[in-house]
Amino acid sequence: MNPFAPKGTRSDAKLSRKLYDKAILLKPTRDGYGSGIVQAAETNDRIVVLCADLTESTRNAAFKERFPDRFVQIGVQEQLLAATAAGFALAGKIPFINSYAIFCPGRAWEQVRTNICLNDVNVKIVGNHAGVSVGPDGSTHQALEDMAIMRVIPRMTVIAPCDAIEAQKATLAAAMMKGPCYIRYAREATPVFTTDKTPFRIGKAETFRDGTDVAVIACGPLVHTALLAAEELRKEERLDVMVINCHTVKPLDAKTVAKAAETCGAIVTVEEHQIAGGLGGAVAECLASKRPTPMEFIGIHDRFGESGTPKELIERFGMDVAAIKKAIRDAVARKSST
Amino acid sequence: MPHIHDRKIKRLEMIANRLRQHVITMIAQAGSGHQGGALGMADIFAVLYFHELHHDPKRPDWKDRDRLLLSNGHICPIRYAAMAEAGYFPVKELLTLRQLDSRLQGHPERLRLPGLETTSGPLGEGLAQGAGMAYAAKMDKKTWRTYVIESDAEQAIGLHWEATMFAGKNRLDNLTCIIDRNNMQIDGDTEDVMPVEPLPEKFEAFGWHVIECCGNDIADIVRAIETAKKIHQRPTCIISHTIPGRGVSFMENDFHWHSQLFKPGQADQALRELKAIEQTLKADHAAV
Repeated sequence: MNPFAPKGTRSDAKLSRKLYDKAILLKPTRDGYGSGIVQAAETNDRIVVLCADLTESTRNAAFKERFPDRFVQIGVQEQLLAATAAGFALAGKIPFINSYAIFCPGRAWEQVRTNICLNDVNVKIVGNHAGVSVGPDGSTHQALEDMAIMRVIPRMTVIAPCDAIEAQKATLAAAMMKGPCYIRYAREATPVFTTDKTPFRIGKAETFRDGTDVAVIACGPLVHTALLAAEELRKEERLDVMVINCHTVKPLDAKTVAKAAETCGAIVTVEEHQIAGGLGGAVAECLASKRPTPMEFIGIHDRFGESGTPKELIERFGMDVAAIKKAIRDAVARKSST
Repeated sequence: MPHIHDRKIKRLEMIANRLRQHVITMIAQAGSGHQGGALGMADIFAVLYFHELHHDPKRPDWKDRDRLLLSNGHICPIRYAAMAEAGYFPVKELLTLRQLDSRLQGHPERLRLPGLETTSGPLGEGLAQGAGMAYAAKMDKKTWRTYVIESDAEQAIGLHWEATMFAGKNRLDNLTCIIDRNNMQIDGDTEDVMPVEPLPEKFEAFGWHVIECCGNDIADIVRAIETAKKIHQRPTCIISHTIPGRGVSFMENDFHWHSQLFKPGQADQALRELKAIEQTLKADHAAV
């Protein structure tokens, strides 16, 4: 046992001691990409960055400064971003292509399918400003369908890192893996609650907290929110809630998901994305065939976003601590009624 | 004057004729496919595979090969025919076109057949990928060239112009785009469906060098490609005026033959006409 592990969490998850601390460091996941891409490029000269007029906000300024010859400005041409990246990859490069998720992969879906995935080339799609937490920019700029449209394409890997540290690890892992990969990052600063020692492997979901009453399977920054909900329910209602960080939405870690269903008998999925086609859909598909289990879904229920502060929107769309706690209680109730 | 001897021109004409015969046989056997553009582009494919391209059929992954991308993937029977004749795979495999388990998919799929460079079919995407390759070649200081073949109907596609802008901005003089300007698309004349003209001016406005040529004249094709290689600081667009269905009287310039099914006897008739041309070419060849 690690006496320093935050209450309720697994010691091998090696989470930050400040997990429940209100003064926890906040950083957007895109910052983790920004440092990760420079680090990856230091050791691999095949890596190039293609950017669609959003160098600073996609956190590529440091890369551009360090590797000006490997930075390619594409302009506001997201279909070109994806298609020309396939050309770079076919000529031996490892392109990371950057825009907001709504534009790439959003606007470039067919190029991603035909040029990148059918060709099975080493293009890494970096989708920024995903989720309603983009905030005041409103529905047009809040990508809520990006994981769904990427998950459905054969050969594609889909990752939603939970904090800036994991985002950096995901960037490095994506650079190392062979084939197409989509990583979604968020604009808003969110708690940095994992550490350099927290395990990360593409395709392997990590159990951050053991439990037997309900398993919460989450991805992205909402993993932290789920941990807060679990800890409050332990204190308030003595509920024993498992929390899994399912950063890789595809390929889904079916073994860990099925095991959680077996242990807990009820599941809650949590994501800042449409449930249809997202993590909720993926887990439901998996369990329907492997181990049918009552499920509750936190995420976007077939709606568009809107303007507001990130906090207001997370509440409006039912993804805050209170909403997750309610979903957990509902899942428990369904378990006892079956 | 093009750097090509008359004997070579005649040889390439004979090859183009053979490729056309393969196209008819393949599509008749498959029961579907796109004849018009494939027949029209036979001369260009003969020049590329048997005169211009630096390539090695025995080593399709040779790093320094020239890259040829077929953006309008639907005319792939002509590419397959040229690849088979060049030695990439046995000629008899051409008869598997569009069949289950065939390497010759209805639209070309790179992972199934070595030597294709990319998967294509959805229009307007070849130039973007070719520009990416050409840019990467420059980064690595490589001298191989990238050729992209496009249809004229593709000129309507936004992504195509995005790629044109990108290649112009980056002065990709190692990139040549060859447009099959046959004025035909599925619904009829390109200028009725969605006008693409003035095409030369459009490319020039995007920073390209433009050459026009007769795409069914071997010597003129060679002249255009050789000229493109000498252009510095600009990508080159070769607007190649071709006759769709070239070589078969009832198919020439009839847009229905974009992909019309053969009626009984039509494929045989087409082959008879192409064989008659072959005889004439042979006689000419002997005379040169």
